[in-house]
Amino acid sequence: MIHSLFLINNAGDLFLEKHWKSVISRSVCDYFFEAREKAVEPDNVPPVIRTPHHYLINIYREKIFFVSVIQTEVPPLFVIEFLHRVAETFQDYFGECSESTIKDNVVIVYELLEEMLDNGFPLATESNILKELIRPPTILRSMVNTITGSSNVGETLPTGQLSTIPWRRAGVKYTNNEAYFDVVEEIDAILDKSGTTVFAEIQGVIDACVKLSGMPDLTLSFMNPRLLDDVSFHPCVRYKRWESERVISFVPPDGNFQLMSYHISAQNLVAIPVYVKQNISFFETGSSGRLDITVGPKQTMGKTVEGLVVTVHMPKVVLSANLNATQGTYNYDPVTKILVWDIGKLNPQKLPNLKGSLSLQSGAPKPEENPSLNIDLKIQQLAISGLKVNRLDMYGEKYKPFKGVKYVTKAGKFQVRT
Amino acid sequence: MTTMQKLLQLPVNAVNMVKSVQGVAQGQEEALSPVLTPDSGPQNWYNAVQPEELRHLRSGGTGGGGEGSEDRPGLEEGLTSVQSQPLRHDDLKEMLDSNKDSLKLEAMKRIVAMIARGKNASDLFPAVVKNVACKNIEVKKLVYVYLVRYAEEQQDLALLSISTFQRGLKDPNQLIRASALRVLSSIRVTIIVPIMMLAIKEAASDMSPYVRKTAAHAIPKLHSLDPEQKDQLIEVIEKLLADKTTLVAGSVVMAFEEVCPDRIDLIHKNYRKLCNLLIDVEEWGQVVIINMLTRYARTQFLNPNINESLLEESSEKAFYASDDEEDEDKKAEAATLAKRKPYVMDPDHRLLLRNTKPLLQSRNAAVVMAVAQLYFHLAPKAEVGIIAKALVRLMRSHSEVQYVVLQNVATMTIKRRGMFEPYLKSFYIRSTDPTQIKILKLEVLTNLANETNISTILREFQTYIKSMDKDFVAASIQAIGRCATNIGEVRDTCLNGLVQLLSNRDELVVAESVVVIKKLLQMQPEQHSDIIKHMAKLIDNIQVPMARASILWLIGEYCEHVPKIAPDVLRNMAKTFTNEEDIVKLQIINLAAKLYLTNSKQTKLLTQYVLNLAKYDQNYDIRDRARFIRQLIVPTDKSGALSKYAKKLFLALKPAPVLQSTFKDRDHFQLGSLSHLLNAKAAGYQELPDWPESVPDPSVRNVEIPDWSKCTSRKDRKEKKTEKPFYSDSEGESGPTESADSESDSGSGSESASASDESGSGSESEESREETESEDEEEDEEKEKKRKKRLDKTKAKKPAEESAESEQSSGTEDRKRGRKAVKNQKSASESESESESSESEDESEEESEEESESDTDIRKKKTPISKQPPKQSKKESKKERQEMSLLDLDDFEPAPASAPVTPVNFLSSSLVSDLEGLSLTNNILAPTTIAPSGSIKMYELLHRITGEGLAVEYCFSRQPFSPDPNMVAVQIQFTNNTNSETKNLHIEEPRLQSGMRIREFTEIDVLAAGESVTVVMGIDFCDSTQAANFQLCTHTRKFFVSIQPPVGELMTPVFLTENDFKKEQGKLMGMNEISEKLMLGEKCVNEHVIVERVTATANLSRVPCGSEKECRFAGKTVSSGCLVLVTVPTKEGGAAQLTVNCEKMLIGTLLVKDIMQALSQ
Repeated sequence: MIHSLFLINNAGDLFLEKHWKSVISRSVCDYFFEAREKAVEPDNVPPVIRTPHHYLINIYREKIFFVSVIQTEVPPLFVIEFLHRVAETFQDYFGECSESTIKDNVVIVYELLEEMLDNGFPLATESNILKELIRPPTILRSMVNTITGSSNVGETLPTGQLSTIPWRRAGVKYTNNEAYFDVVEEIDAILDKSGTTVFAEIQGVIDACVKLSGMPDLTLSFMNPRLLDDVSFHPCVRYKRWESERVISFVPPDGNFQLMSYHISAQNLVAIPVYVKQNISFFETGSSGRLDITVGPKQTMGKTVEGLVVTVHMPKVVLSANLNATQGTYNYDPVTKILVWDIGKLNPQKLPNLKGSLSLQSGAPKPEENPSLNIDLKIQQLAISGLKVNRLDMYGEKYKPFKGVKYVTKAGKFQVRT
Repeated sequence: MTTMQKLLQLPVNAVNMVKSVQGVAQGQEEALSPVLTPDSGPQNWYNAVQPEELRHLRSGGTGGGGEGSEDRPGLEEGLTSVQSQPLRHDDLKEMLDSNKDSLKLEAMKRIVAMIARGKNASDLFPAVVKNVACKNIEVKKLVYVYLVRYAEEQQDLALLSISTFQRGLKDPNQLIRASALRVLSSIRVTIIVPIMMLAIKEAASDMSPYVRKTAAHAIPKLHSLDPEQKDQLIEVIEKLLADKTTLVAGSVVMAFEEVCPDRIDLIHKNYRKLCNLLIDVEEWGQVVIINMLTRYARTQFLNPNINESLLEESSEKAFYASDDEEDEDKKAEAATLAKRKPYVMDPDHRLLLRNTKPLLQSRNAAVVMAVAQLYFHLAPKAEVGIIAKALVRLMRSHSEVQYVVLQNVATMTIKRRGMFEPYLKSFYIRSTDPTQIKILKLEVLTNLANETNISTILREFQTYIKSMDKDFVAASIQAIGRCATNIGEVRDTCLNGLVQLLSNRDELVVAESVVVIKKLLQMQPEQHSDIIKHMAKLIDNIQVPMARASILWLIGEYCEHVPKIAPDVLRNMAKTFTNEEDIVKLQIINLAAKLYLTNSKQTKLLTQYVLNLAKYDQNYDIRDRARFIRQLIVPTDKSGALSKYAKKLFLALKPAPVLQSTFKDRDHFQLGSLSHLLNAKAAGYQELPDWPESVPDPSVRNVEIPDWSKCTSRKDRKEKKTEKPFYSDSEGESGPTESADSESDSGSGSESASASDESGSGSESEESREETESEDEEEDEEKEKKRKKRLDKTKAKKPAEESAESEQSSGTEDRKRGRKAVKNQKSASESESESESSESEDESEEESEEESESDTDIRKKKTPISKQPPKQSKKESKKERQEMSLLDLDDFEPAPASAPVTPVNFLSSSLVSDLEGLSLTNNILAPTTIAPSGSIKMYELLHRITGEGLAVEYCFSRQPFSPDPNMVAVQIQFTNNTNSETKNLHIEEPRLQSGMRIREFTEIDVLAAGESVTVVMGIDFCDSTQAANFQLCTHTRKFFVSIQPPVGELMTPVFLTENDFKKEQGKLMGMNEISEKLMLGEKCVNEHVIVERVTATANLSRVPCGSEKECRFAGKTVSSGCLVLVTVPTKEGGAAQLTVNCEKMLIGTLLVKDIMQALSQ
C-alpha cells in the first residue's frame, strides 16, 4: 500500500523520508515539485499526482506536505486519512506538528512511523496503543532518561492491541474521576448581499476529556436527539444503541478524544446569531473606495457574542485602508491584502461600526467583485441548534465521577457575500 | 562479503581517517563536487558518499538551496566540531562497540536521524548489526529500523541477524514473537525465503491472534520478494481467512488482495463471518474488506435492479414484518405470486448491505467512502440514497478528503441525480475554497441542475461569475453553458446572461462566454439571429482576439441569418485586417470565403481585397490559408474539381458540440478507487465484474460446521465478560445457531436474550420466505403450504412487531441450515400457530388485524416483549424474559423503533394518534406542544392507516421557498410503511380559495418500501388561514388531504433595527394595533424563554432592544409582505402585555391568540 513517505516543507526542502518497502529514490518527488510550482497556492496542489511508475498522494498540513508514494491501486481516501492520522499523532505527541518539532524528535517520529505502518499497511494508529509502545517526550522523562539511561520505548505488549476496545488502555487510575464534554457547534453559512441566508447548517462536535479509573461504561443521552441529522462516531460508540435508542453508549478512551461529530442540515432552521450591514464600493475615478461595515446581533438566544472578528480578503488593487472603528481594532496587511477587524464582544446597545476609505492602485481598473466577509465569533454556553445533553450515566464502576458539560457556538465557514 | 572481510576492513577505515584528517580542506571540496573526486581518493569512502551526494544534486535542482541547512544540524548533532564523514562514522562505531547501553542508544539515534534525512549510513552495517541482540529494547528497535532499511544492500551481513530472530520466534512473549516475525519478514533477502516461509506457517497457527495478524502482514512481503511461493502462501491465507478474530480479519484480507485477489472461491466459506465481524474490525481493515466484498458480491449475487417491475410485485410480507395493514386480496396475490420467480435478494446480499450500513457513521472518511461505493455498486436503487448524507458530511473534512469525495459524488450525480438533490446547497461555493474544490463543486452543481432547481442554481452561478479567481469564473461560464444545453427552458435566459458578460473587462471571461455562446447558438441558430446581430455590433468594442475570432466565425457560419450585417462586418474587418491578431485574420478569411459563396454580388471585391492582404501577410499560416481558399472558391480554369463543392465544404452543417460532464461513464471504475480518481487503470486495479446472468450457487457459502458463531460469541463472552453485553452485535451474530446458543446461557443477561429474540424473529420470517422460494419440495403439499404461509405471515409479523419493529429483521435470513433445520422450524412454527390460532384464521382477517395491532401498540408501550419460537415451553421463556427485562432496564436494549428513517413517526405510532387517524381532519389538532426553537413541529397529513401504509407528514420549514418568494414552503415527508413500492406520488386537483396558489413538488416516481422521502412544495395562502385542499395521488389511490397553516407560519422574519422598528410601529397604530394583557406561564421566567416561545409560535425574528424587560419581534407576511410587529414588555410578577401591530387585522388577532397561548402555558 503505502510505499514511502516524504515530508517536505513550504520552501520545498525534503526533510524526512521513510520507506516501508524497498527504498524509492527521492527524485520521485520532482513530480511533486513540478505540481507544486504549477499550483500557485499550496492548497491547490492536486492530492493525487500520477508519475510514470508511482502515484503520489499528498496532504498539506501545518505548512508541511506529507507526500506518500503508492505503487498499486489503493483507495486514495485510505492514504489521505492515514496521513492525516499521522499528522494528528505528531500533534498529539509533540504538541504541534511543525517542521522544527519533527526535526527535533526525529527518532521518535521514526519509531512512530515504524509502528503505524507495517509493509505499508496500517498497524497501530490508535494513540492509546502508540503511547504504550512509545512514550511521548516530556522534559522530565528526557531528563530521567539521560541520567538513568532508560528508554522511552515501552516494554510490554500494549494490551489494547489485543482487546476489542483498542482505544482504551488497561489499568487506568485516577484519584479525581472526571468526565467533561464540550459541545462545540459551528455555523456554516453563506449570507447574500441583503442578509438573506443562502445556505446555513450546523456542524457540531462533542469533544470529551474523560479521566475515569478502570473500565467505565458511559451512556450519554440528549434531550432532543432527533435534532441530529447525521452523525459520525468515535469507534468506541455502539452504533446499534444509537440506531435503536438514540443514546450514545461507549467505553471511553482515556484522556482527550472526539466522541462524535454531527450535522444539522440546511433543512432545519438555523439561527444566525449576527447580521452584517455592509457597504463596500469602489469608485470608477479617483482610485479610491469606501467601506462601511456594521455588525449587530440577530438571533443570539439572549447570549453575548464574543470574539467577533471580521476578515475581508480585499482585491489585489487595494493598497491601503484608512478606517475608523467604533469598537475594536483593525489591521490591513497590504501584502496579503487581508483586512482583519477584531471587534471582541458585541454590545447590542452600541453596534460596532467600521467606516472609512480605501485607496486603490492608481490607474488600475476598479475591481468588479466586492470582497466577501468572513465572520468569526463565539457564543459561550449556547449550542445554537438547541441540542442539550440530558444526562450521563456510568456503569461498570463503583465510584461517582464528576461530570461536566459545556456548550460553545462558533462561526465555522461563515461568509457574507457583498 | 563475509564478516571476516568486513572486520578486516576496519584498518582500512583507520587509514582513511588519517588521510582525511590530513586534507580536511581538500575533503570538503570533494564533497561539493563529487564528480571531480580525484582518482587517488579512498575508494570505499567515495562509494559511501556517492549516492547521497547525487541525491543532493538532484534535489538541488528543484528544492532550492536547502542542502546547507539540511547538512548543518546533522553535523552539529553528530559531533561538536566539523569533521569529515568517515571520521564521524568511526566515532559512531566506537559508541556502538562500547559496553554502555546509553552510548549505543545515542549512536543509534544519530544513525536513525541520518536515515531519516536520507543520508547514507550503510557503511555502519557491521557495527550496527552486532547489536541486534542487545538487551535494551529501544536500541534493539532502532537496530531493527536500520536493518530493514539496509539489509537489501548488504545481504550477506544481514544473514548474521537471522539467528536472533529465529530465537525470537520461539519466545514465550507474544510481542517478541510478533516483532521478530515482523522484522524477519521485512528483511528483503532472497536467501532466507525458506526460513520466512516456515516462520509464517508457524505463526499462522500461533496461539496469539496478534502473532497471527503479524503472519498475515508477512504474507505480502514474502510474496513480493519471491512470487514463486504464491501457492504455499495461498494455503496460509486460506487458513488465516478462517480465523475468527477481528484482529486478523483485516490483515488477512489485505494479504488476499495482494497475493491472490482472483481466488474468489476462498471467500465463500468466510463470507458470512466477514460480514458479521466487519463492524468490530479496525477501521483500515474495514476499508479493505468492504472493497473486497464489493467485488465478491458482484460475482455472486444478481443485480438487484434487474427487474424492477417484478420487485414491486413480489410483496414479501414477511420481509417487512413491521407492516400493520394488509388486506385480503393483497395476501392472496402474494400467495399466487410466490409461485412465480421474482427477483429475491439473496439473504447473503442483504446481510452485507445491512452490516455495512452502520459504518456510514464511521469517523474515518475512507470507511465511509468504502461503504458508499458498496451501496452504489450493490444496493437496490431505492436504498442507495442513504449514502448521500454521509458523503455530504465528509465535505466538511480536510480539503484533500473533499477533493476525493467530490470526484466520486460527481460520478454518482450523473447516474443518480435524485440522491444528492436535497443537499444541493451543501455544494455551494465559498470564496475561500481552493480552486480545484470550486471546480469540482461546480461540476456537481451542474450535474444536479434540473427544471425545478435551475433558477436557484443560475442565481448562484451569477455570484460566481464575479469571483476574483479567473479560472473558476471560466469554469462557471462553461457550467452555465452546460446547464443551458441540458435544460431547454433556461437556454434563452442563459444566453442573455452570457451576452451581457461579453462586455466584461476580463479577457478570459469574454473569451469564455463567446465560446460558450457559440456552442449554444450552434444548437438552434434560427431563433437567435438577434443575438448574432448583437454580437456583430459588439465586435467594435471587444478586443480579445479569441472572442473576436469566435464572433467572426459565428457571423460567417450563420451569414444567412444576418444577410445585411455580415457584409458590413467584413467591410469593417477588411479595414483593420492588417492590425488584427493571427487567429482573427484567419477567421476574417473564413468569413470572407463564406460570404463570397453565399452573397458574391456584394462581397466579391471585398473578398478579393482580403485575400490579397492575406497573401502578403507575415504569417505563413495566413498566406497558406489565403492561397488555399482562393483556389477553392474563386472559379478559374485551373481550379480543380473541388471548387464545385466549395459551398458544401464551407457551409456544411456542423454538429453542435455536446457539452457533457467529464465524469460521464466513470462509474465503470470501482468508486473510491485510485483508478476512478485518475480515470485510468492503476497498476493492480481489479476490475469490478459485471453482475452474473444467472444465480451462482448460494450454497457455496454454507459452512459445514455452522458453529463458528457460537464459538466466537461464547469465547468472546468469556474473554471480556464486562463489556460483552454492549458490544455484541445483536443482529450481526444472528446465525441460526445463535438462538439456541443464547437460550442455553440465557443467564448472561437480557442483552443476549434480546439478541436471540431478534435473530429469532429474523429466522422465523426467513422461514416463510424459504417456503416461497423452495417450490421443489412442496409441490405435493401445495394446499397445506398456502394455508401455512398465511399463518406464517401473521406470525412473522407479530413477533417482529413485538420486538418492536426490529428493523429489517427479516433481512437476517441465514440459510445455513439444511432441510432438516427447516423442517424443525416448521414444526416449531406449527406448534406456535396453534397457540395463536384465534388470529390466524383466514376469515375475519381484517378484524383480527386491527385487534392485534392495537394490542401490540399497547404492549409496545409497556415493554417490548419478545416472542420467540423455541421448541419447548415458549410461553414460560417469554415470561422469564419479560421479567428479566424489567429488572435490568438499564442494560436492556429496547425496541429499535423504525425511527432511523422517519424519526417523526414515533409520535404517530402512539395509541392516541392511532385512534385519531380514522378521521381526516385531525392534522391541526395534533398535540400542540410548544416546539423548542430549532426543532420544527410536524403535522400529520395522511395517517398510515388511512393512507394504506403511506404516511404523510408535513411541517413548515420556515425556509424561503425559492421558486416563488410569496409562497410558504411546506416540507412534506412521505413514508412508505407498506412492503411494496408506491409510485407516482403527486398532487392533483387542488381546490383552493380564490387567490391561493400551489406550487406542486415534482412527482416522486418511486418510493420504495420502508423508505421515506421529503419534498418541498410551495403554497400561497394569501395571508389567510384557510386550508389548502388537494388530492394526493399514488399510482393506485387518491387521498383527499388539506394543509391548514397556523397563522405564525404565514410570515417570514425581517430584520429591523430598533429605530426602524419604532418608526414602523408608529405607522401601524390605531386599528392596526391589537393589545392584550396576559400572565406569563410558570416557565416563562426569562427573556430567553419568551423569545423561544414566540419564535416557535410565529416565524418572526427578534429585534434588538435596549431594555431587558421588553422583547420585540418583526416579520412580514409571506404573501403580501405586510409588516408584523410584536412587542412583549414584561412587568413584575409575571404580568406582561402583548402588542401586535399589523395592517391585516385578521392576522393580528389570530397571532395575538396564538402567542398568548404559547406564553401563558
